[in-house]
Amino acid sequence: MGSREEILERLRRAAPPARELPAVRRFGDRILDLRGQFAQSLQDAGGQCVQVPSAGELAGALEQLAPYREGRRIASTVPGVPRANVRLPEIDDPHELRDVDLAILPGELAVAENGAVWITDRGLRHRVLPWIAQHLALVVAADALVDDLHEAYERIEVGKGFGCFVSGPSKTADIEQALVIGAHGPRSATVFLVG
Amino acid sequence: MSAHAERASLFLVDQSRSAWHDQAVWWVRQKRDRAAGALPEWEELRDQASRIKAHALSRLADYLEEFERNAIRLGARVHWARDADEHNRIVHGILAERGVTRLVKSKSMLTEECHLNPYLAARGIEVVDTDLGERIVQLAQEPPSHIVMPAIHKKKEEIGELFREKLGTPAGMSDPQKLTEAARAHLREKFLAAQAGLTGVNFAIAETGGFVVCTNEGNADLGASLPPLHIACMGVEKIVPRAKDLGVFLRLLARSATGQSVTAYSSHFHGPKPGGELHIVIVDHGRSKLLAREEFRRSLQCIRCGACMNTCPVYRRSGGHSYGVTVPGPIGSVLAPSIDAGKHAGLPFASSLCGSCTDVCPVKIDLHHQLLAWRAELAREGLAPAWKLVAARVGSLVLRWTWLYRLSGWLARRIVPRLPRGLVFSRLNAWGRGRELPEMPRDSFRAQWRRRGKP
Repeated sequence: MGSREEILERLRRAAPPARELPAVRRFGDRILDLRGQFAQSLQDAGGQCVQVPSAGELAGALEQLAPYREGRRIASTVPGVPRANVRLPEIDDPHELRDVDLAILPGELAVAENGAVWITDRGLRHRVLPWIAQHLALVVAADALVDDLHEAYERIEVGKGFGCFVSGPSKTADIEQALVIGAHGPRSATVFLVG
Repeated sequence: MSAHAERASLFLVDQSRSAWHDQAVWWVRQKRDRAAGALPEWEELRDQASRIKAHALSRLADYLEEFERNAIRLGARVHWARDADEHNRIVHGILAERGVTRLVKSKSMLTEECHLNPYLAARGIEVVDTDLGERIVQLAQEPPSHIVMPAIHKKKEEIGELFREKLGTPAGMSDPQKLTEAARAHLREKFLAAQAGLTGVNFAIAETGGFVVCTNEGNADLGASLPPLHIACMGVEKIVPRAKDLGVFLRLLARSATGQSVTAYSSHFHGPKPGGELHIVIVDHGRSKLLAREEFRRSLQCIRCGACMNTCPVYRRSGGHSYGVTVPGPIGSVLAPSIDAGKHAGLPFASSLCGSCTDVCPVKIDLHHQLLAWRAELAREGLAPAWKLVAARVGSLVLRWTWLYRLSGWLARRIVPRLPRGLVFSRLNAWGRGRELPEMPRDSFRAQWRRRGKP
């Protein structure tokens, strides 16, 4: 018998009596100010939220961001970013992204309770981009704000390609519990809420 | 003395250090309390998580088959390993076949448990742990002392000295910010040079065939998505049935672990990256045996948050290394004897049975009951320490006979205070090591009760 069959057989023999699978419930919309709560949660996670009234004003809002103003290599999968200069479709080897200063990606949805933004690799050839870049900016429609992760999982599509809840910059507290921002991935994370 | 008690006594020699460790870990427990307290539905979430896991464990084989089917459909290769040895052989086989000699690894307690690193190193593969805490203990050639904060036992000055020696940082550097920056530069090179990345699995989703890896540093993503080859290793118990179950578990995990509302990155991997390869290794290594034991199977619900360690008065004061196993603390003391009862017979006794671990466990594992059940089990198997059995027999005798109980109380109140110190605080009195005995009351409880009059 192969390992697979043996393990499955062992697990079947050891299985406890059937237990019911509970229905996953929502706990209701309790957050009144979704924008405010999202901004606070993101700040708690070490990130920053910027409100942008309309998509046309994104470029102007980006100018306020130091890594955008000063970055030499900027990669964006969000349209309408004037300073974007990394031609992502022409890059075959993700290692070539090693010196990207700022990555700008669209987020599908934002979660108020924890400051997380759901990103996917749709239209993103190299899924390592948000982590190999020195700084990260995410652009999300303000009407894509949800209360909590339960609501988020009702809205997103899990199972096709890669997806990630990104909540703030890369961080660690592995040395004496001191919080340090910028462990391996982005040193800063800014979320632009549009609309 | 048990092996745990011996190692703990070494940890306690430096009192200021053990007090510092106690406080550092307790601080994390307090952060967890604030995060849990902020959610009115906390208890309901725990209940749901526990029931989802209990259900998954009751149908584990079916769900693993479903997971495998879906994972293969998405383009992953799935491997099965009965034990640590087979797991190591499979991982090495995948790497050797592709000529990989440089592997970056994010945190995986399973691969620690299987001792994968030395296995691969002996076969010429450089393995670099990329979680900062893991890298620190790897450079120091030590095992992790905590599952979430592997280097919690180390002071920043020691890490500075370690980095000076191994990474060539300036002498005397002990600022966590600067040390982390040095590690970042060092590990960037390792990420860029790696030919393969290995990650653990926090949750595997049966209905989709994907899995979730949670980190704060982003090291799992750099390791998994930069090189062309990603290997993910998971124990059979990591299964959740549905994607929406993750709403429950992700809300509980980081809050329980560090008091954050969610980890910085909760990455959902479904199939390999375009042009890449994904291998998933599903490992039993004693888990099916544990599943067969009714009184201990709930320990398989564990999501490795570490909350039981942070709250445990024994863990905080004895340090993670005193346990001598990959997963220390209350959950480790339950899991270890199921792998090797003889070797780890001391661990279920490394607890005051205060029950705090059970109270904080996000999936409601009845940890302190299981620790007690292990003690009984070890006694049945003849593995409990002899002196503990003698003490238990004496206790049982005293509690069974009223006259003997009263006589013992009288002796303790009247005779013990008059005995010479040398006799009372002899080697037999473990309580007296580092502690005074409580002051004896003049009368028994019964006498005081009679005097005050019954209500």
